[in-house]
Amino acid sequence: MAVTVQDLPRTANAPVARTGGDGRESSKAVTGHTERDDHALANVFTAYIVSATFWLLFATAVGLLLAFKFGAPDFWAERYLTFGRLRPIHTNDTFYGWASIALVGLAYYVAARSSGTKLYSIKLAWWGLALFNIAAIAGTIALDLGYNWGDLEYREWPWPIRLIFFAALLVTAWNLIATVARRSSEDIYLSNWYTIGAVLWTCIIAIVAILPWYQHGLGQVAISGYYMHNAVGMWFTPLALGVFYYAIPKILSRPIYSYALGVLAFWTNLLFYPLLGAHHFLFSPLPWWLQTIAIVCSVGMLVPVWGGSANYLLTMRGRYRDMIHSYPLMFIFVGVIGYLFGSTQGTVEAFRSMQAIWHFTNFTVGHSHLTMYGFVTFAAWGGIYALLPLATGKSPGRLGIALHFWLALVGSFIYVISLSIGGTVQGLDWVHQKPFLQSVVDMQPYYVWRGVGGMLMFVSHGVFAWNVWRMTSGRPGNAASPILGPGEQGVTA
Amino acid sequence: MKKLLAIAGGALSVYLVIVLFIAVIPSIELSQTPPGPGVQPLTPLEAEGRAVFAADGCGYCHTQQVRPLPEDKAFGRPSAPGDFAYQTPELLGSERTGPDLTNVGSTKPSDVWQYIHLYDPRAVEPESIMPNFKFLFRVVDQVPVGDTAVPVPAAFAPGAGKVIPTQKAKALVAYLLSLKQQPIPGYAGHAGAALAAPVPAPGSAAPATPAGGAGYRYDAAKGAALFMANCSACHQATGEGIPGAFPPLKGNAAVDNPDPTLHIHTVLQGAHGVTIGGVEYTSVMPPFAGQLSDEDIANIVNYERSSWGNHAKPVTSTQVAALRAKGE
Repeated sequence: MAVTVQDLPRTANAPVARTGGDGRESSKAVTGHTERDDHALANVFTAYIVSATFWLLFATAVGLLLAFKFGAPDFWAERYLTFGRLRPIHTNDTFYGWASIALVGLAYYVAARSSGTKLYSIKLAWWGLALFNIAAIAGTIALDLGYNWGDLEYREWPWPIRLIFFAALLVTAWNLIATVARRSSEDIYLSNWYTIGAVLWTCIIAIVAILPWYQHGLGQVAISGYYMHNAVGMWFTPLALGVFYYAIPKILSRPIYSYALGVLAFWTNLLFYPLLGAHHFLFSPLPWWLQTIAIVCSVGMLVPVWGGSANYLLTMRGRYRDMIHSYPLMFIFVGVIGYLFGSTQGTVEAFRSMQAIWHFTNFTVGHSHLTMYGFVTFAAWGGIYALLPLATGKSPGRLGIALHFWLALVGSFIYVISLSIGGTVQGLDWVHQKPFLQSVVDMQPYYVWRGVGGMLMFVSHGVFAWNVWRMTSGRPGNAASPILGPGEQGVTA
Repeated sequence: MKKLLAIAGGALSVYLVIVLFIAVIPSIELSQTPPGPGVQPLTPLEAEGRAVFAADGCGYCHTQQVRPLPEDKAFGRPSAPGDFAYQTPELLGSERTGPDLTNVGSTKPSDVWQYIHLYDPRAVEPESIMPNFKFLFRVVDQVPVGDTAVPVPAAFAPGAGKVIPTQKAKALVAYLLSLKQQPIPGYAGHAGAALAAPVPAPGSAAPATPAGGAGYRYDAAKGAALFMANCSACHQATGEGIPGAFPPLKGNAAVDNPDPTLHIHTVLQGAHGVTIGGVEYTSVMPPFAGQLSDEDIANIVNYERSSWGNHAKPVTSTQVAALRAKGE
């Protein structure tokens, strides 16, 4: 099927391969900006990914230690290493250290390339990176010292630190919008809809979460329900979907299956996602109508999730065998499946009958790892492996990517499956009104398996760090370009 | 430019409207929820304890919300909106790796138990996976005036010296003991549990095991389960208690006694500052009259009277009902 991008005006700025002779990607043919701009973009993109990689290693090392503590509660139980202080460090640093920084780095690269222009301000991008890092470092220290804003999930950082994060968001929003405003064509590529939406919405989320003067007692519970899910669904989800919309067509050298479906998914995600947060507080004293809206909208989420997933899978149609040639595509494929399964699971979990069993159990922890890891993190990895070599002209070794992929995949399978089964056992123990301790005892083998899965995941992150080093500081050209040709069957570029 | 404005502006305004209606306005309204009957603000010490609770992340494993589901009955009556009037930050939590704490001040009212449990959870709950909070305690040679040493069981105590709680531990325990559900007038759920049908206990599917003599049977499996759920935290599964902290039931003069009056009365009404076997116990035992039916209490009492070498005459639920009717 020899459809060129020019035949599809609505995807005028779609991820066309404009690979130069040295394997680096450039858009100077379009706008005539200089090689220096490409270098500057590559450098700042690299810095975001390296920085995010550091946070991934740190946050998951903490996670592994936490998993170990379930079997050895007296291990490192000192004040600054106690479970309750490290747990929010693990979650906040994976969220605001690893995933946020990696996805914003990708968003910048995608915005500039898909708009056929240079980044509006390289300087602002560096400022944003500095602010994200200052917030994450200060947040980590604050939590370890015991400055925790009431164990309110993902908004534990004291408010001055959350203001720093907010400043990073503002900088990012400004820079992304200004970059897209300079685009060389009329249409705005889909990825930028999602990423610009994400930063703008998250600015609102940040303000709503920080302002303390209107949320007390039960009122604060309402905000917690809202915040906990919006910080995930209006930030990481659209950022990761933005990566999908750019990287899949890019790797396959073919346009996205349906532009309209992507637009539909965008608006339905916006309509349903913000309303479903209260499903974390089913059966709580929150008003019943709030809980019911959350359940209804959790079902509504099937529209953007299935629509979006179908769009990605149909873009890959007939090319599944090509995955053998492209690990970046395999990472993205897992990410799409993680998005489809994880989000559908979220809908199922939101029913009152299911919550009666799974709420408060480790099933939820399994779910959050299926989504934040199986979806968001795999999407980020796929994007990094597909795009970073285009920016730097350096590739990781094929063995390195393969090792990373399989360790992470098998590890996360073990992790999610053990906690899903264990969480169900836990929930049924409660339903049968066994003494509470029984559920603690019954979880033990599943905690062990979770640790095994977590160990594999952590090792894979070490391999990933090595791959990042090869993509940024190593010698050029180890593996073939991540971009496959437009051919029917696995023609590598 | 128009297009960018339409997408970014449109997405932002739609979101703003949704957020106002789903989060901000409900939050402002719910923040005005008046306190329920008997719900009191925290004292300064309790508030300090709540800060320790949050700082050390207790809320990641312990919820503070009781759902109107049968499985949550063990933790108290369903939480009502008025319960949270003074709860900022809210600590409802999202995971129950450990039990819910909404009503822990009523079910485990002994500060001694709380201190031992914080110092080393396995000293009172051998299968607990809660981390120890030894960093909230100090080990001293001489107990300072005004302080009381925590009677940590020998196997868990430091080799030398006495364990005393720091200010943070005292505040945390004050906070935990303040977590008491207030009865809601007219609510007939748990307050009337004595009249309600007994909760089916694990193992109840198995036929009742005949135990006790004199042509009288009681449900031994149920008695054991109820004992483990309600009594063993202090008196221990071995029935030996914790020396200096919680009295033994094994060979206890009130338990292993042909006259069950004191035994039943203690389970119904609780106890405080009693002397048993020449040892004075300062810890508080909670009353169970409000939580357990006559039949359940008879099962527990009979389990205790026939275990660990005790051989006392079994009691009936009628005897429990009679003593309940007498009141304190």
